[in-house]
Amino acid sequence: MRHSGPIDLSCMIAGVRLPTPLVLASGIWGTSPTLLERAARTGAGAVTSKTCTPAPRRGHRNPTAIDWGHGLINAMGLPNPGAAEEVALLRDAARRLAALGVALIASIAADTVEEFGRTAAIVSDAGPALIEVNISCPNVESSHGEMFASSAEAAAAVTRQVKASTSIPCVVKLSPNVADIASIARAVAAAGADGITAINTMPGMLVDAESGAPILAHGTGGISGAALKPIALRCVHEITAAVGLPVIGTGGVLTGTDAVEMLSAGAACVGVGSAIVSRGEHALSLILEELKTWISERGYHGLDDIRGRSHRGAGAGAIITNPPPVPGWEKSRA
Amino acid sequence: MREVPVALRLIDRIQENHKTITLVLDHALDARPGQFCMLWLPGVDEKPFSIAGPDPLMFTVSRVGPFSEAAHALSKGDPIWVRGPFGTGWSVGPGRALLAGGGYGAAPLYFLARRLREAGAEVEAALGARTSADLLFMDRFGGLGLPVHAATEDGSMGAPGRVTDVVAPLLGSGRFDRLYACGPEAMLKALEARCRETHVAGELSHEAYMRCGVGICGSCERDARLVCMDGPVFSVPGGG
Repeated sequence: MRHSGPIDLSCMIAGVRLPTPLVLASGIWGTSPTLLERAARTGAGAVTSKTCTPAPRRGHRNPTAIDWGHGLINAMGLPNPGAAEEVALLRDAARRLAALGVALIASIAADTVEEFGRTAAIVSDAGPALIEVNISCPNVESSHGEMFASSAEAAAAVTRQVKASTSIPCVVKLSPNVADIASIARAVAAAGADGITAINTMPGMLVDAESGAPILAHGTGGISGAALKPIALRCVHEITAAVGLPVIGTGGVLTGTDAVEMLSAGAACVGVGSAIVSRGEHALSLILEELKTWISERGYHGLDDIRGRSHRGAGAGAIITNPPPVPGWEKSRA
Repeated sequence: MREVPVALRLIDRIQENHKTITLVLDHALDARPGQFCMLWLPGVDEKPFSIAGPDPLMFTVSRVGPFSEAAHALSKGDPIWVRGPFGTGWSVGPGRALLAGGGYGAAPLYFLARRLREAGAEVEAALGARTSADLLFMDRFGGLGLPVHAATEDGSMGAPGRVTDVVAPLLGSGRFDRLYACGPEAMLKALEARCRETHVAGELSHEAYMRCGVGICGSCERDARLVCMDGPVFSVPGGG
Protein backbone atom coordinates (compact mmCIF):
# COMPACT_ATOMS: atom_id res chain seq x y z
CA MET A 1 0.00 0.00 0.00
CA ARG A 2 1.54 3.28 -1.07
CA HIS A 3 0.42 6.60 0.33
CA SER A 4 -0.79 8.94 -2.38
CA GLY A 5 -1.86 12.11 -0.57
CA PRO A 6 0.49 14.93 0.37
CA ILE A 7 2.90 14.11 3.17
CA ASP A 8 2.89 16.51 6.08
CA LEU A 9 6.45 17.11 7.24
CA SER A 10 5.67 19.98 9.58
CA CYS A 11 6.44 19.43 13.23
CA MET A 12 6.28 21.09 16.64
CA ILE A 13 9.24 21.87 18.84
CA ALA A 14 8.67 23.60 22.19
CA GLY A 15 5.42 25.18 21.00
CA VAL A 16 6.87 26.39 17.69
CA ARG A 17 5.60 24.92 14.44
CA LEU A 18 8.31 24.24 11.86
CA PRO A 19 7.39 23.78 8.16
CA THR A 20 9.98 21.00 7.86
CA PRO A 21 11.70 18.89 10.51
CA LEU A 22 15.20 19.97 9.44
CA VAL A 23 17.06 22.44 11.64
CA LEU A 24 20.31 24.03 10.51
CA ALA A 25 22.70 23.35 13.37
CA SER A 26 24.47 26.16 15.16
CA GLY A 27 27.84 27.24 13.81
CA ILE A 28 27.08 26.58 10.17
CA TRP A 29 27.54 29.78 8.17
CA GLY A 30 27.91 31.90 11.29
CA THR A 31 25.47 34.65 12.11
CA SER A 32 25.32 36.43 8.79
CA PRO A 33 21.61 37.20 8.18
CA THR A 34 22.01 36.72 4.44
CA LEU A 35 23.68 33.32 4.87
CA LEU A 36 21.05 32.17 7.36
CA GLU A 37 18.41 33.21 4.83
CA ARG A 38 20.26 31.26 2.15
CA ALA A 39 20.17 28.16 4.38
CA ALA A 40 16.48 28.73 5.09
CA ARG A 41 15.77 28.67 1.37
CA THR A 42 17.26 25.16 1.03
CA GLY A 43 14.54 23.43 3.04
CA ALA A 44 15.17 24.22 6.70
CA GLY A 45 12.26 24.43 9.11
CA ALA A 46 14.46 26.40 11.46
CA VAL A 47 17.99 27.77 11.37
CA THR A 48 20.24 28.19 14.37
CA SER A 49 22.64 31.11 14.57
CA LYS A 50 26.26 30.79 15.64
CA THR A 51 26.52 30.83 19.42
CA CYS A 52 26.95 34.31 20.83
CA THR A 53 28.58 35.14 24.13
CA PRO A 54 28.27 38.22 26.39
CA ALA A 55 31.55 39.69 25.10
CA PRO A 56 33.08 39.41 21.60
CA ARG A 57 35.36 36.42 21.00
CA ARG A 58 38.04 36.18 18.31
CA GLY A 59 38.01 32.41 18.35
CA HIS A 60 41.01 30.11 18.01
CA ARG A 61 43.85 30.32 15.52
CA ASN A 62 43.78 28.13 12.40
CA PRO A 63 43.55 25.26 11.68
CA THR A 64 40.07 25.41 13.17
CA ALA A 65 38.15 22.87 11.09
CA ILE A 66 39.27 19.78 9.19
CA ASP A 67 37.29 17.34 7.05
CA TRP A 68 39.20 14.22 8.14
CA GLY A 69 37.40 11.55 6.14
CA HIS A 70 34.53 10.40 8.36
CA GLY A 71 33.17 13.80 9.25
CA LEU A 72 34.55 17.06 10.54
CA ILE A 73 36.49 18.03 13.58
CA ASN A 74 36.45 21.67 14.61
CA ALA A 75 37.65 24.00 17.29
CA MET A 76 36.47 27.40 16.17
CA GLY A 77 36.44 28.72 19.73
CA LEU A 78 33.04 30.41 19.43
CA PRO A 79 34.13 33.45 17.38
CA ASN A 80 31.30 35.97 17.58
CA PRO A 81 30.80 39.71 17.84
CA GLY A 82 29.24 39.56 21.31
CA ALA A 83 25.57 39.62 22.26
CA ALA A 84 25.12 43.39 21.98
CA GLU A 85 26.42 43.41 18.39
CA GLU A 86 24.79 40.15 17.46
CA VAL A 87 21.30 41.18 18.46
CA ALA A 88 21.09 43.50 15.43
CA LEU A 89 22.18 40.66 13.12
CA LEU A 90 19.63 38.34 14.73
CA ARG A 91 16.89 40.93 14.30
CA ASP A 92 17.71 41.17 10.59
CA ALA A 93 17.85 37.37 10.32
CA ALA A 94 14.52 36.96 12.12
CA ARG A 95 12.89 39.40 9.69
CA ARG A 96 14.29 37.61 6.63
CA LEU A 97 13.27 34.18 7.97
CA ALA A 98 9.77 35.29 8.97
CA ALA A 99 9.09 36.09 5.31
CA LEU A 100 9.93 32.45 4.50
CA GLY A 101 8.01 30.96 7.43
CA VAL A 102 11.25 29.56 8.84
CA ALA A 103 11.99 29.82 12.56
CA LEU A 104 15.14 31.43 13.97
CA ILE A 105 16.86 29.74 16.89
CA ALA A 106 19.36 32.01 18.67
CA SER A 107 22.22 30.13 20.28
CA ILE A 108 23.88 31.54 23.39
CA ALA A 109 26.74 30.61 25.70
CA ALA A 110 28.42 32.23 28.69
CA ASP A 111 31.00 31.65 31.41
CA THR A 112 28.69 32.01 34.38
CA VAL A 113 25.10 31.19 35.26
CA GLU A 114 24.32 34.91 35.65
CA GLU A 115 25.81 35.77 32.25
CA PHE A 116 23.71 33.06 30.62
CA GLY A 117 20.64 34.85 31.92
CA ARG A 118 21.88 38.27 30.82
CA THR A 119 22.76 36.99 27.31
CA ALA A 120 19.36 35.32 26.97
CA ALA A 121 17.68 38.61 27.83
CA ILE A 122 19.78 40.51 25.26
CA VAL A 123 19.12 38.14 22.33
CA SER A 124 15.43 37.97 23.24
CA ASP A 125 15.14 41.53 21.93
CA ALA A 126 15.70 40.15 18.43
CA GLY A 127 12.57 38.02 18.73
CA PRO A 128 13.92 34.55 17.90
CA ALA A 129 11.38 31.72 17.97
CA LEU A 130 13.60 29.75 20.33
CA ILE A 131 16.78 30.23 22.32
CA GLU A 132 19.28 27.39 22.24
CA VAL A 133 21.31 27.29 25.43
CA ASN A 134 24.73 25.97 24.50
CA ILE A 135 26.16 24.52 27.70
CA SER A 136 28.19 21.91 25.84
CA CYS A 137 30.80 23.51 23.53
CA PRO A 138 33.89 21.32 23.89
CA ASN A 139 36.27 24.01 22.62
CA VAL A 140 36.19 26.87 25.09
CA GLU A 141 37.83 27.15 28.45
CA SER A 142 35.36 28.83 30.76
CA SER A 143 35.90 30.31 34.20
CA HIS A 144 33.35 27.70 35.27
CA GLY A 145 36.12 25.13 34.71
CA GLU A 146 34.13 22.51 32.84
CA MET A 147 31.12 22.41 30.57
CA PHE A 148 27.87 23.23 32.36
CA ALA A 149 26.54 20.16 30.54
CA SER A 150 28.91 17.97 32.57
CA SER A 151 26.83 18.06 35.72
CA ALA A 152 23.10 17.85 36.35
CA GLU A 153 23.28 20.63 38.96
CA ALA A 154 25.16 23.10 36.72
CA ALA A 155 22.98 22.33 33.70
CA ALA A 156 19.85 22.87 35.79
CA ALA A 157 21.19 26.12 37.28
CA VAL A 158 21.80 27.58 33.79
CA THR A 159 18.39 26.42 32.61
CA ARG A 160 16.62 28.02 35.59
CA GLN A 161 18.51 31.29 35.12
CA VAL A 162 17.74 31.47 31.40
CA LYS A 163 14.08 30.62 31.96
CA ALA A 164 13.86 33.42 34.54
CA SER A 165 15.42 35.89 32.09
CA THR A 166 13.25 35.44 29.00
CA SER A 167 9.76 34.47 27.97
CA ILE A 168 11.04 32.86 24.76
CA PRO A 169 11.03 29.03 24.85
CA CYS A 170 14.47 27.52 25.47
CA VAL A 171 16.09 24.35 24.24
CA VAL A 172 19.20 23.20 26.09
CA LYS A 173 22.02 21.68 24.05
CA LEU A 174 23.60 18.67 25.75
CA SER A 175 26.98 17.01 25.42
CA PRO A 176 27.54 13.34 24.58
CA ASN A 177 30.71 13.42 26.68
CA VAL A 178 29.03 12.59 29.99
CA ALA A 179 28.53 9.36 31.94
CA ASP A 180 24.73 9.53 31.97
CA ILE A 181 23.07 11.91 29.55
CA ALA A 182 19.58 10.88 30.72
CA SER A 183 20.26 12.27 34.20
CA ILE A 184 21.35 15.62 32.70
CA ALA A 185 18.21 15.62 30.56
CA ARG A 186 16.02 14.98 33.64
CA ALA A 187 17.73 17.86 35.48
CA VAL A 188 17.18 20.42 32.70
CA ALA A 189 13.60 19.19 32.24
CA ALA A 190 12.93 19.69 35.95
CA ALA A 191 14.53 23.15 35.73
CA GLY A 192 11.99 24.20 33.12
CA ALA A 193 13.63 23.59 29.73
CA ASP A 194 11.16 23.59 26.85
CA GLY A 195 13.22 21.19 24.77
CA ILE A 196 16.63 19.64 24.29
CA THR A 197 19.13 19.70 21.46
CA ALA A 198 21.16 16.52 21.41
CA ILE A 199 23.96 16.39 20.79
CA ASN A 200 26.88 18.78 20.61
CA THR A 201 30.11 17.52 19.05
CA MET A 202 32.20 14.80 20.73
CA PRO A 203 35.73 15.80 21.80
CA GLY A 204 38.46 14.31 19.67
CA MET A 205 41.86 15.05 18.23
CA LEU A 206 43.79 14.77 15.01
CA VAL A 207 47.55 14.31 15.09
CA ASP A 208 49.73 14.92 12.06
CA ALA A 209 51.94 11.86 11.57
CA GLU A 210 54.75 13.82 9.93
CA SER A 211 55.24 16.46 12.63
CA GLY A 212 53.58 14.68 15.52
CA ALA A 213 51.69 17.90 16.20
CA PRO A 214 47.96 18.18 16.87
CA ILE A 215 46.45 19.51 13.65
CA LEU A 216 43.90 21.83 15.24
CA ALA A 217 45.58 24.89 16.76
CA HIS A 218 43.43 24.33 19.87
CA GLY A 219 44.75 20.76 20.10
CA THR A 220 41.41 19.05 20.61
CA GLY A 221 38.15 19.72 18.80
CA GLY A 222 34.61 18.51 18.39
CA ILE A 223 33.79 15.58 16.10
CA SER A 224 30.69 15.92 13.93
CA GLY A 225 29.41 14.25 10.79
CA ALA A 226 29.25 10.55 9.96
CA ALA A 227 31.40 9.44 12.91
CA LEU A 228 29.01 11.09 15.37
CA LYS A 229 25.76 9.44 14.22
CA PRO A 230 25.74 6.28 16.36
CA ILE A 231 26.60 8.33 19.44
CA ALA A 232 23.83 10.84 18.67
CA LEU A 233 21.27 8.08 18.09
CA ARG A 234 22.13 6.48 21.43
CA CYS A 235 21.87 9.83 23.25
CA VAL A 236 18.56 10.79 21.63
CA HIS A 237 17.14 7.35 22.43
CA GLU A 238 18.24 7.58 26.07
CA ILE A 239 16.99 11.15 26.49
CA THR A 240 13.57 10.51 24.99
CA ALA A 241 13.23 7.41 27.14
CA ALA A 242 13.93 9.56 30.21
CA VAL A 243 12.00 12.79 29.60
CA GLY A 244 8.97 13.92 27.64
CA LEU A 245 10.61 17.04 26.19
CA PRO A 246 10.90 17.44 22.41
CA VAL A 247 14.44 16.81 21.14
CA ILE A 248 16.25 18.32 18.17
CA GLY A 249 18.24 15.21 17.21
CA THR A 250 21.58 16.36 15.86
CA GLY A 251 24.69 14.45 14.90
CA GLY A 252 25.73 12.81 11.66
CA VAL A 253 22.50 13.25 9.72
CA LEU A 254 23.68 13.24 6.10
CA THR A 255 20.79 11.53 4.28
CA GLY A 256 17.03 11.13 4.47
CA THR A 257 17.54 7.68 5.94
CA ASP A 258 19.74 9.17 8.66
CA ALA A 259 16.86 11.57 9.43
CA VAL A 260 14.44 8.63 9.63
CA GLU A 261 16.80 6.93 12.07
CA MET A 262 17.02 10.07 14.23
CA LEU A 263 13.22 10.45 14.29
CA SER A 264 12.90 6.75 15.04
CA ALA A 265 15.19 7.22 18.03
CA GLY A 266 12.65 9.71 19.33
CA ALA A 267 13.72 13.11 17.95
CA ALA A 268 10.96 15.67 17.36
CA CYS A 269 13.01 17.20 14.58
CA VAL A 270 16.46 16.77 13.10
CA GLY A 271 19.55 18.99 13.17
CA VAL A 272 21.82 19.10 10.12
CA GLY A 273 25.31 20.60 10.00
CA SER A 274 28.30 18.75 8.58
CA ALA A 275 26.18 17.48 5.67
CA ILE A 276 26.70 20.93 4.15
CA VAL A 277 30.32 19.89 3.56
CA SER A 278 29.82 16.28 2.51
CA ARG A 279 26.79 16.90 0.25
CA GLY A 280 27.12 20.57 -0.62
CA GLU A 281 25.04 23.61 0.15
CA HIS A 282 21.79 21.96 -0.96
CA ALA A 283 22.21 19.16 1.59
CA LEU A 284 19.02 20.10 3.43
CA SER A 285 16.83 19.98 0.33
CA LEU A 286 18.37 16.63 -0.67
CA ILE A 287 17.74 15.20 2.80
CA LEU A 288 14.19 16.55 2.81
CA GLU A 289 13.38 14.96 -0.57
CA GLU A 290 14.91 11.64 0.53
CA LEU A 291 12.88 11.75 3.74
CA LYS A 292 9.67 12.40 1.79
CA THR A 293 10.41 9.55 -0.61
CA TRP A 294 11.23 7.17 2.25
CA ILE A 295 7.95 7.96 3.98
CA SER A 296 5.76 7.77 0.88
CA GLU A 297 7.35 4.54 -0.40
CA ARG A 298 6.29 2.84 2.81
CA GLY A 299 2.76 4.16 2.81
CA TYR A 300 3.28 6.35 5.85
CA HIS A 301 1.55 9.69 6.22
CA GLY A 302 4.05 11.75 8.12
CA LEU A 303 6.62 11.99 10.84
CA ASP A 304 4.36 10.66 13.60
CA ASP A 305 4.35 7.28 11.87
CA ILE A 306 8.10 6.90 12.27
CA ARG A 307 8.92 8.87 15.41
CA GLY A 308 10.07 6.96 18.49
CA ARG A 309 10.01 3.49 16.96
CA SER A 310 13.37 2.55 18.53
CA HIS A 311 11.60 2.56 21.90
CA ARG A 312 9.36 -0.34 20.90
CA GLY A 313 12.34 -2.62 21.17
CA ALA A 314 13.59 -5.24 18.75
CA GLY A 315 11.35 -8.12 19.77
CA ALA A 316 9.62 -10.13 17.04
CA GLY A 317 6.38 -8.52 15.98
CA ALA A 318 7.25 -5.18 17.58
CA ILE A 319 8.66 -3.67 14.39
CA ILE A 320 6.09 -2.59 11.87
CA THR A 321 7.33 -1.50 8.49
CA ASN A 322 6.52 -1.83 4.87
CA PRO A 323 9.79 -1.66 2.87
CA PRO A 324 9.41 -0.92 -0.82
CA PRO A 325 10.41 -3.60 -3.33
CA VAL A 326 14.03 -3.38 -4.42
CA PRO A 327 14.01 -2.89 -8.19
CA GLY A 328 15.91 -5.55 -10.10
CA TRP A 329 16.51 -7.94 -7.19
CA GLU A 330 15.42 -10.96 -9.23
CA LYS A 331 18.10 -10.16 -11.78
CA SER A 332 20.80 -9.99 -9.11
CA ARG A 333 19.83 -13.51 -7.94
CA ALA A 334 19.93 -14.95 -11.43
CA MET B 1 44.88 15.83 -2.64
CA ARG B 2 43.33 15.10 0.73
CA GLU B 3 41.19 17.27 2.99
CA VAL B 4 43.67 16.88 5.83
CA PRO B 5 46.99 18.75 5.63
CA VAL B 6 49.70 16.83 3.78
CA ALA B 7 53.39 17.53 4.41
CA LEU B 8 55.14 18.52 1.18
CA ARG B 9 58.82 19.37 0.79
CA LEU B 10 60.27 22.60 -0.53
CA ILE B 11 62.35 21.84 -3.62
CA ASP B 12 62.99 25.51 -4.35
CA ARG B 13 62.54 28.91 -2.76
CA ILE B 14 62.60 31.67 -5.34
CA GLN B 15 63.16 35.27 -4.25
CA GLU B 16 60.69 37.25 -6.39
CA ASN B 17 61.32 40.71 -4.92
CA HIS B 18 62.36 42.33 -1.65
CA LYS B 19 59.35 40.96 0.25
CA THR B 20 58.04 38.10 -1.86
CA ILE B 21 59.14 34.51 -2.40
CA THR B 22 57.72 31.60 -4.35
CA LEU B 23 57.66 28.24 -2.61
CA VAL B 24 58.11 25.34 -5.04
CA LEU B 25 56.94 21.99 -3.64
CA ASP B 26 57.66 18.37 -4.55
CA HIS B 27 54.11 17.70 -5.69
CA ALA B 28 51.87 18.02 -8.73
CA LEU B 29 48.32 19.08 -7.90
CA ASP B 30 45.27 18.59 -10.12
CA ALA B 31 43.94 22.12 -9.80
CA ARG B 32 42.33 24.88 -11.84
CA PRO B 33 43.81 28.36 -11.99
CA GLY B 34 42.12 30.56 -9.40
CA GLN B 35 41.74 27.78 -6.84
CA PHE B 36 43.52 28.02 -3.50
CA CYS B 37 45.04 25.81 -0.84
CA MET B 38 45.33 26.18 2.91
CA LEU B 39 49.02 26.22 3.95
CA TRP B 40 49.81 25.16 7.50
CA LEU B 41 52.92 25.55 9.60
CA PRO B 42 52.41 23.68 12.89
CA GLY B 43 52.46 26.01 15.87
CA VAL B 44 52.15 29.09 13.64
CA ASP B 45 48.91 29.31 11.66
CA GLU B 46 47.06 28.10 8.57
CA LYS B 47 46.32 30.59 5.76
CA PRO B 48 44.80 30.48 2.27
CA PHE B 49 47.07 30.97 -0.76
CA SER B 50 46.25 31.01 -4.45
CA ILE B 51 48.01 28.44 -6.57
CA ALA B 52 50.78 30.04 -8.65
CA GLY B 53 51.51 26.81 -10.50
CA PRO B 54 50.21 23.23 -10.22
CA ASP B 55 53.12 21.15 -11.46
CA PRO B 56 55.30 21.57 -9.53
CA LEU B 57 52.95 23.07 -6.98
CA MET B 58 53.89 26.69 -6.28
CA PHE B 59 52.69 29.40 -3.92
CA THR B 60 53.84 33.00 -3.91
CA VAL B 61 54.06 34.49 -0.44
CA SER B 62 54.59 38.16 0.44
CA ARG B 63 55.86 39.00 3.91
CA VAL B 64 52.88 40.62 5.65
CA GLY B 65 52.45 38.90 9.03
CA PRO B 66 53.54 36.10 11.38
CA PHE B 67 52.59 33.25 9.02
CA SER B 68 54.34 34.68 5.97
CA GLU B 69 57.37 35.55 8.15
CA ALA B 70 57.57 31.87 9.13
CA ALA B 71 57.11 30.79 5.52
CA HIS B 72 59.95 33.09 4.46
CA ALA B 73 62.19 31.43 7.06
CA LEU B 74 61.77 28.04 5.35
CA SER B 75 64.73 26.58 3.45
CA LYS B 76 64.98 24.11 0.62
CA GLY B 77 64.13 20.65 1.99
CA ASP B 78 61.82 21.94 4.74
CA PRO B 79 58.23 20.68 4.89
CA ILE B 80 55.08 22.77 4.63
CA TRP B 81 51.59 21.33 5.01
CA VAL B 82 48.97 21.77 2.31
CA ARG B 83 45.27 20.95 2.05
CA GLY B 84 43.18 21.67 -1.00
CA PRO B 85 42.59 22.68 -3.71
CA PHE B 86 39.45 24.56 -2.73
CA GLY B 87 37.05 26.99 -4.37
CA THR B 88 36.02 27.76 -7.88
CA GLY B 89 38.56 28.71 -10.47
CA TRP B 90 38.73 30.94 -13.51
CA SER B 91 37.15 29.71 -16.73
CA VAL B 92 39.66 28.70 -19.35
CA GLY B 93 38.89 28.87 -23.05
CA PRO B 94 39.85 30.58 -26.28
CA GLY B 95 39.09 34.25 -26.84
CA ARG B 96 40.74 37.57 -26.11
CA ALA B 97 41.68 37.78 -22.45
CA LEU B 98 42.97 40.68 -20.39
CA LEU B 99 44.63 39.78 -17.09
CA ALA B 100 44.90 42.44 -14.37
CA GLY B 101 47.02 41.83 -11.29
CA GLY B 102 47.60 44.08 -8.32
CA GLY B 103 50.58 43.23 -6.08
CA TYR B 104 50.86 39.49 -5.42
CA GLY B 105 47.62 39.00 -7.37
CA ALA B 106 49.99 38.47 -10.29
CA ALA B 107 50.88 34.96 -9.05
CA PRO B 108 47.62 33.06 -9.71
CA LEU B 109 47.20 35.01 -12.96
CA TYR B 110 50.50 33.55 -14.18
CA PHE B 111 49.07 30.03 -13.75
CA LEU B 112 45.94 31.23 -15.59
CA ALA B 113 47.97 32.82 -18.42
CA ARG B 114 49.70 29.53 -19.15
CA ARG B 115 46.39 27.62 -19.22
CA LEU B 116 44.73 30.27 -21.42
CA ARG B 117 47.61 30.10 -23.89
CA GLU B 118 47.32 26.30 -24.02
CA ALA B 119 43.60 26.77 -24.77
CA GLY B 120 44.41 29.06 -27.69
CA ALA B 121 43.45 32.36 -26.10
CA GLU B 122 45.03 35.71 -26.98
CA VAL B 123 46.33 37.04 -23.70
CA GLU B 124 47.56 40.44 -22.51
CA ALA B 125 48.50 41.27 -18.94
CA ALA B 126 48.49 44.45 -16.86
CA LEU B 127 50.39 44.38 -13.60
CA GLY B 128 50.49 47.09 -10.99
CA ALA B 129 52.33 47.81 -7.76
CA ARG B 130 53.51 50.72 -5.63
CA THR B 131 57.04 50.85 -7.07
CA SER B 132 59.07 48.96 -9.67
CA ALA B 133 60.66 47.02 -6.80
CA ASP B 134 57.21 45.78 -5.78
CA LEU B 135 56.17 44.60 -9.25
CA LEU B 136 55.88 40.83 -9.41
CA PHE B 137 56.24 38.28 -12.21
CA MET B 138 57.02 40.85 -14.94
CA ASP B 139 59.74 38.58 -16.33
CA ARG B 140 57.61 35.44 -15.98
CA PHE B 141 54.76 37.00 -17.96
CA GLY B 142 57.32 38.41 -20.41
CA GLY B 143 58.73 34.90 -20.77
CA LEU B 144 55.37 33.70 -22.08
CA GLY B 145 55.82 36.15 -24.96
CA LEU B 146 52.63 38.08 -24.29
CA PRO B 147 52.20 41.87 -24.08
CA VAL B 148 52.63 43.09 -20.50
CA HIS B 149 51.52 46.55 -19.37
CA ALA B 150 52.98 47.82 -16.09
CA ALA B 151 51.77 50.53 -13.76
CA THR B 152 53.55 51.87 -10.68
CA GLU B 153 52.19 54.44 -8.29
CA ASP B 154 55.56 56.25 -8.13
CA GLY B 155 56.03 56.02 -11.89
CA SER B 156 59.32 54.10 -11.53
CA MET B 157 58.21 51.59 -14.18
CA GLY B 158 55.51 51.60 -16.83
CA ALA B 159 52.60 53.99 -16.63
CA PRO B 160 52.44 56.17 -13.53
CA GLY B 161 49.37 55.34 -11.48
CA ARG B 162 47.38 52.26 -10.60
CA VAL B 163 46.77 49.15 -12.66
CA THR B 164 43.13 50.21 -12.96
CA ASP B 165 44.27 53.33 -14.87
CA VAL B 166 45.92 51.07 -17.44
CA VAL B 167 43.10 48.55 -17.59
CA ALA B 168 40.23 51.05 -17.94
CA PRO B 169 41.09 52.19 -21.50
CA LEU B 170 42.02 48.63 -22.53
CA LEU B 171 38.55 47.44 -21.46
CA GLY B 172 37.02 50.30 -23.43
CA SER B 173 39.00 49.43 -26.57
CA GLY B 174 36.72 46.56 -27.55
CA ARG B 175 39.75 44.30 -27.97
CA PHE B 176 38.86 41.97 -25.09
CA ASP B 177 36.12 39.41 -24.41
CA ARG B 178 36.96 38.84 -20.79
CA LEU B 179 38.80 40.41 -17.86
CA TYR B 180 40.48 38.21 -15.27
CA ALA B 181 41.66 40.00 -12.16
CA CYS B 182 43.23 39.38 -8.79
CA GLY B 183 44.29 42.04 -6.33
CA PRO B 184 43.19 44.30 -3.49
CA GLU B 185 39.48 44.85 -2.86
CA ALA B 186 39.50 48.50 -4.01
CA MET B 187 41.06 47.50 -7.33
CA LEU B 188 38.48 44.74 -7.86
CA LYS B 189 35.65 47.12 -7.03
CA ALA B 190 36.88 49.63 -9.62
CA LEU B 191 37.32 46.89 -12.23
CA GLU B 192 33.88 45.45 -11.55
CA ALA B 193 32.36 48.89 -12.23
CA ARG B 194 34.45 49.26 -15.39
CA CYS B 195 33.36 45.79 -16.62
CA ARG B 196 29.73 46.83 -16.23
CA GLU B 197 30.32 50.11 -18.09
CA THR B 198 32.12 48.44 -20.98
CA HIS B 199 30.01 45.22 -21.04
CA VAL B 200 33.13 43.08 -20.78
CA ALA B 201 32.63 39.90 -18.75
CA GLY B 202 34.79 39.84 -15.64
CA GLU B 203 36.08 37.07 -13.41
CA LEU B 204 37.46 38.62 -10.25
CA SER B 205 39.33 36.71 -7.56
CA HIS B 206 38.79 38.01 -4.04
CA GLU B 207 40.72 37.64 -0.82
CA ALA B 208 39.05 36.99 2.52
CA TYR B 209 39.89 35.93 6.04
CA MET B 210 39.30 32.18 6.08
CA ARG B 211 38.96 29.54 8.73
CA CYS B 212 37.53 26.22 7.53
CA GLY B 213 38.14 26.68 3.79
CA VAL B 214 35.33 24.23 2.97
CA GLY B 215 32.18 26.38 3.16
CA ILE B 216 30.88 25.64 6.62
CA CYS B 217 32.01 28.25 9.13
CA GLY B 218 30.88 31.43 7.35
CA SER B 219 34.03 33.41 8.27
CA CYS B 220 34.74 34.49 4.69
CA GLU B 221 31.26 35.79 3.86
CA ARG B 222 31.11 38.61 1.35
CA ASP B 223 27.68 39.90 0.25
CA ALA B 224 25.86 36.67 1.16
CA ARG B 225 28.45 34.60 -0.65
CA LEU B 226 31.19 32.40 0.77
CA VAL B 227 34.55 33.31 -0.72
CA CYS B 228 35.98 29.83 -0.01
CA MET B 229 33.13 27.84 -1.57
CA ASP B 230 31.27 30.16 -3.98
CA GLY B 231 34.52 31.96 -4.87
CA PRO B 232 37.23 33.06 -4.64
CA VAL B 233 36.47 33.87 -8.30
CA PHE B 234 33.22 35.80 -8.77
CA SER B 235 31.78 36.67 -12.18
CA VAL B 236 30.59 39.98 -13.52
CA PRO B 237 28.24 39.38 -16.44
CA GLY B 238 29.29 40.87 -19.76
CA GLY B 239 27.06 41.64 -22.73
CA GLY B 240 24.57 44.48 -23.08
